[in-house]
Amino acid sequence: MSLLEPGGIDCDIHPAVPNLKALHPYLSDHWRDVVVQRGVHELESIAYPANSPLTSRPDWRLPNGRPGSDLDALRAQALTPFGTSLAICNCLYGVQLLFSEDMGAGFARALNDWIAAEWLDKEPRLRASIVVPMQNAELAVDEINRLAPDKRFVQILMLVMHDHPLGKRHYWPIYAAAEKHGLPVGIHAGSAYRHPVTPLGWPTYYTEDYAAQAAAFQAALSSLVCEGVFTKFPDLKVVLLESGFTWLPAHLWRLTKFWRGLRMEVPWVDRAPTDIVRENVRLTITPCDGPPSPEMFQRLMEHFGSDEMLLFSTDYPHWQFDGDAVLPEGLSRDLVRKIMIDNPRSTYARLTETVP
Amino acid sequence: MNVQVTARPTVQSPATSKLAIADGDIHPQRNSYKDLFPYMEARWVEMAKTFGSRPRQAYQAGPAYPKGQPNASRRDAWPPEGGRPGSSLAFLQKQLLDENNIQLGILNPTGDNGSSFQNREFGNGVASAMNRWVEAEWLTEPRLKGSIVVPYEDADAAVAEIEKWAGDPRFVQVLMVTRTANPPGQKQYWKIYEAAAAANLPIGVHAFGFGGYPVTGSGWPSFYIEDMVGHAQSSQSFLTSLVIEGVFERIPNFRLVMIESGFAWLPPLAWRLDKIWNRLKQETPHLKRAPSEYIRESVWLTTQPMEEPQPREHVLDAIDWIGWDKLIFATDYPHWDYDDPTQVLPMPLPEQQRRDFFFNNAMKLYRQV
Repeated sequence: MSLLEPGGIDCDIHPAVPNLKALHPYLSDHWRDVVVQRGVHELESIAYPANSPLTSRPDWRLPNGRPGSDLDALRAQALTPFGTSLAICNCLYGVQLLFSEDMGAGFARALNDWIAAEWLDKEPRLRASIVVPMQNAELAVDEINRLAPDKRFVQILMLVMHDHPLGKRHYWPIYAAAEKHGLPVGIHAGSAYRHPVTPLGWPTYYTEDYAAQAAAFQAALSSLVCEGVFTKFPDLKVVLLESGFTWLPAHLWRLTKFWRGLRMEVPWVDRAPTDIVRENVRLTITPCDGPPSPEMFQRLMEHFGSDEMLLFSTDYPHWQFDGDAVLPEGLSRDLVRKIMIDNPRSTYARLTETVP
Repeated sequence: MNVQVTARPTVQSPATSKLAIADGDIHPQRNSYKDLFPYMEARWVEMAKTFGSRPRQAYQAGPAYPKGQPNASRRDAWPPEGGRPGSSLAFLQKQLLDENNIQLGILNPTGDNGSSFQNREFGNGVASAMNRWVEAEWLTEPRLKGSIVVPYEDADAAVAEIEKWAGDPRFVQVLMVTRTANPPGQKQYWKIYEAAAAANLPIGVHAFGFGGYPVTGSGWPSFYIEDMVGHAQSSQSFLTSLVIEGVFERIPNFRLVMIESGFAWLPPLAWRLDKIWNRLKQETPHLKRAPSEYIRESVWLTTQPMEEPQPREHVLDAIDWIGWDKLIFATDYPHWDYDDPTQVLPMPLPEQQRRDFFFNNAMKLYRQV
């Protein structure tokens, strides 16, 4: 592990909704009636089975309740031990998985109000992402516009797998709103399970489902670049969350090679994908999928060709590392500082607006 | 491949240009279904004429993503005597084998080959005919070796086809594609791998195909470029399924060749699988070793379309991490994204590495020595 820099900014933590009942005060009368009358189940996604080892570090499990559902525990487990100055809450409660567009919007609204009242109001080190109903771009934009004045919301949160590839024009109103408000779009691992997570159908094991997230991020990046999202919205920042990152150079080599051969198909992509991604895309550092030696990591960083792309994250409470070994071995002090402080600050403009 | 005038490759010495080459991916093409009729049962000829192939995709005549070039082919690969690129043995001998000093060429008859038609019985008939066609019309050239086309969605029929050709040294691998209808590590496919291992044949899995599901977990993308880039993700899913389901553990002598999906994606995938397996191994007690160990031991990859980073030397790191004994050079003739053996590694290399990469690895894998 590399030593941490005090005052780091954790760009991916996961406060958990303890149960659906906790959202009741924030739901409209209509949706609260629906929950009660129709017996709506908890909205925990199959992306993180409750007792799977990955879902929570053993020492971060709570005696009662879901990991990540208690503010005091989160302070003691996620903030203090790492000397964290600010942490961005990405709530993964499955409101984006509902099939009803209106229900998705109603629940996203409740979730965001719950985050603001139960977490942001109580702990000044916390910031949050706006969970948007990806089911409908118009409703998503309404939610962004509603919350954008609150500068503690620093990002828009989407899932890497939903109805359509993320570069499609279906989602462009969200990107337009993001650019307008200076909010990066955070794309998190996970799926609405509208399609199998692999192109070869539904895999047998959870292990495969989690492995498939990296391929999904590769496809999402291809889509965002090829559809011209960064041509249309040049100031848009996209942050890949819990994506892994070691796959990025090889993917860009391939995408850029095919762009050279096929750019007549996507003439609006007016620069090499490698250059576009280097400028507009950032990735969180946890999970760090290898490589096995510091020398190889050094080589990989050279393949990145930039020390501005990686952002510090613990992925709390998911079990990605033990103790305080968040960062891979062999990072220079300068690089650690960039990853933990400078890169998050330049990615999330609102962090510096709200912190003196 | 791309030839960039801004970064000219170093001039190859005459000794280098005479290197013997093995080509792990050559595509023989039929001009039409009629070419197959002499090798098909009458009922399947009627089916082909009346209903056509009915692949798991939208169009009768071509893919829903228009290719980058007509027939996805090099502009100069149309045979002078007429017909589609890749349809003329004589022209292929001249343009590909002789010009590049290719001593071993692996034929992969992909495309409309029966291996995943919606009508499986019909597909079985077409796959069978493809193998007879390759035998009769292509394997007369001793530098060329065949891959056995199998209808892999019907494992019993695939096994029968493997057993039919297993003793014929002109066929050196069993051919599948990455876009299977179900995750390929699942039990329904194991018989195929067992039959291949019993026959001492590797499974060659070529990118592409129509399994029925979108190429991304988030639906169908808009463009051919995304479909093409997506084959690397399909290949990652293919390999993940085989590893995690324990195919490498369960079937000794199982060897896998990943064809036309590039290769630089492999090291990060292996690292990721090791990491996840370490955390979640109680889900997969059938795995006795780390995923990367199975991969290091039993997986080969053909090189095309070879990744082209800037600077190009970065690709050597990826090869180091995979192992110089595991890559099989391939051209993908006659397709438009053909890789030229004189230009894919435009940097100085130890002679032994160069020879392994371009020739020896394939000769060993396909037991030609």
